[in-house]
Amino acid sequence: MLDITGLSHRYEDGHQAVEGVELHVDRGELVSIVGPSGCGKSTLLRCVAGLQRPSAGRISVAGRAVDGVPDDLAVVFQDYTRSLFPWLTVRDNVALPLRRRGLARAERRARALDALAQVGLDATAGKHPWQLSGGMQQRVAIARALAYRPALLLMDEPFGSVDAQTREDLEDLLLAVRGGAGHQGGAGHRGGAGHRRGAGHQGGAGTTILLVTHDIDESVYVADRVVVLTGAPGRVHSDLPVDLPAPRDQIGTRALPAFVRLRTEVGRAVRRP
Amino acid sequence: MTPRPRRVLGAAVARGWLLVLLLLVWEAAARRAGDLYFPPPTRIVRTMRELWWSGPPSRLWLSEQAVDDFVPSLARLLLGWALAGVAGVVVGVGIGLSRVAFHLADPVLQFGRAVPPPALIPFFMVVFGLGTSMHLAVVVFGAVWPVLLNTADGVRSVEPLHLDSARVCGLGGWARLRYVVLPAAAPRIFTGLRVALGFALILVVVAELMGSGDGIGARLNAAEREFRPDRLWAGIVLLGAVGCVLNALFLLVERRVLAWHRGARRMST
Ligand SMILES: Nc1ncnc2c1ncn2[C@@H]1O[C@H](COP(=O)(O)OP(=O)(O)OP(=O)(O)O)[C@@H](O)[C@H]1O
Ligand SMILES: [Mg+2]
Repeated sequence: MLDITGLSHRYEDGHQAVEGVELHVDRGELVSIVGPSGCGKSTLLRCVAGLQRPSAGRISVAGRAVDGVPDDLAVVFQDYTRSLFPWLTVRDNVALPLRRRGLARAERRARALDALAQVGLDATAGKHPWQLSGGMQQRVAIARALAYRPALLLMDEPFGSVDAQTREDLEDLLLAVRGGAGHQGGAGHRGGAGHRRGAGHQGGAGTTILLVTHDIDESVYVADRVVVLTGAPGRVHSDLPVDLPAPRDQIGTRALPAFVRLRTEVGRAVRRP
Repeated sequence: MTPRPRRVLGAAVARGWLLVLLLLVWEAAARRAGDLYFPPPTRIVRTMRELWWSGPPSRLWLSEQAVDDFVPSLARLLLGWALAGVAGVVVGVGIGLSRVAFHLADPVLQFGRAVPPPALIPFFMVVFGLGTSMHLAVVVFGAVWPVLLNTADGVRSVEPLHLDSARVCGLGGWARLRYVVLPAAAPRIFTGLRVALGFALILVVVAELMGSGDGIGARLNAAEREFRPDRLWAGIVLLGAVGCVLNALFLLVERRVLAWHRGARRMST
């Protein structure tokens, strides 16, 4: 699904942000990316999203070289507040990318409300982003990406401003999205139960997700693999497979010896370059 | 809670007392001095009524004179302003979207803006004669700059992350303009349009003073020839009132269209 070979990026001011990054992600995989602040995680995602042309290396998404923003892609930006449009309501923000799907207006709205319900925000659809708290705005940005049902989803530190309980709900939502149509609960359970996810994107095999996070436990809990970057310039330090059993749950999975071993391993890799 | 009419009245008193006081002082001083050049406000109002508000109720009391004076001036003002607004937004967006176009156009724009529009009146008289085309040309030339420059600036300073979001959302061309660039630049566009409205009023009067058979400017010229200072004052007061009303109407629209902007700004401070 995603192939990165020999990716390097140097900013105009001469700063080498990433160097020689190799990363291959299969369709339907969820890969966590962890690493110290400033090690080039956002730079990597921006290159994959086609927002930034890397100074060297090749990136291809679904077999096609990235040149401009790939079609079937959604991004949750690290700076989520400034990525929402203050002149649109929450619902219209979430519905906006769906124009590209060629959906009718009513269908776009229904999907937007659906996605908002998934993050537990269906009640705020008519408000403007600046009328919401930081954590709520972050969830709107997540809903905008989910509503699009992309084949490839890039998320840059997407759960940073929400409370611990909501964060766990969102992690489980991510697992459900990655798995495709099957929906196991979801983060909106406090807003109302049982919202369905209709037919997804063209692939049908679930969404491929790249998740940047600073939370080591989270990186292990949700992922199939954890990629540890080291800084200045950013390189891949290690690429650890996460072989935890399939239906994961917040209490049980985190108590497994395998989970504890993995988070120790990741923690060590992050700490000691 | 006090009833609404009482509150509105209270607010009007709080805001208007200085104006009323000034009018009273002016009235008293003018009556004492008895100077022909400085008639008291009551005399000015009487003249205004004689000139413009002595018509039948079916025509909102407007006299024929009023129709002859107001309609040409207001039509020139609003039409010229609208033309300047459309041209300014279209050209401003074009220039603002392209870095090359902006750098090429900037010196031209700076020069064009620096030319005092009234200096062009003799030239426009030669080209267009004394009619409405000349007045329109003057208004458009003067009012287009604030709209154009503010629009270009607003378009150039759209939040980069908004543009990135637009790209990721797959908005290109017209959709990007309509849903991202124009709304983001709207506060600046409105600033330009408001300044332009003030310019348009000034310029329509100047153009009419320099050459016109009708309109408020022509009425001022006539009052001067007839040596009627009270009518000159009537024209001055009328123009001030027109300016205030136009500005108030504009603010009303702006407040509605840019409600999100005021809200967002209140939140961030
Ligand atoms: N536009 C830019 N111009 C120059 N240097 C930049 C630019 N953006 C980022 N950098 C530099 O590149 C390096 C990597 O930045 P990046 O934003 O990718 O880090 P990050 O891993 O996302 O950090 P964080 O976890 O704090 O978000 C940093 O040292 C930063 O200073
Ligand atoms: Mg970052």
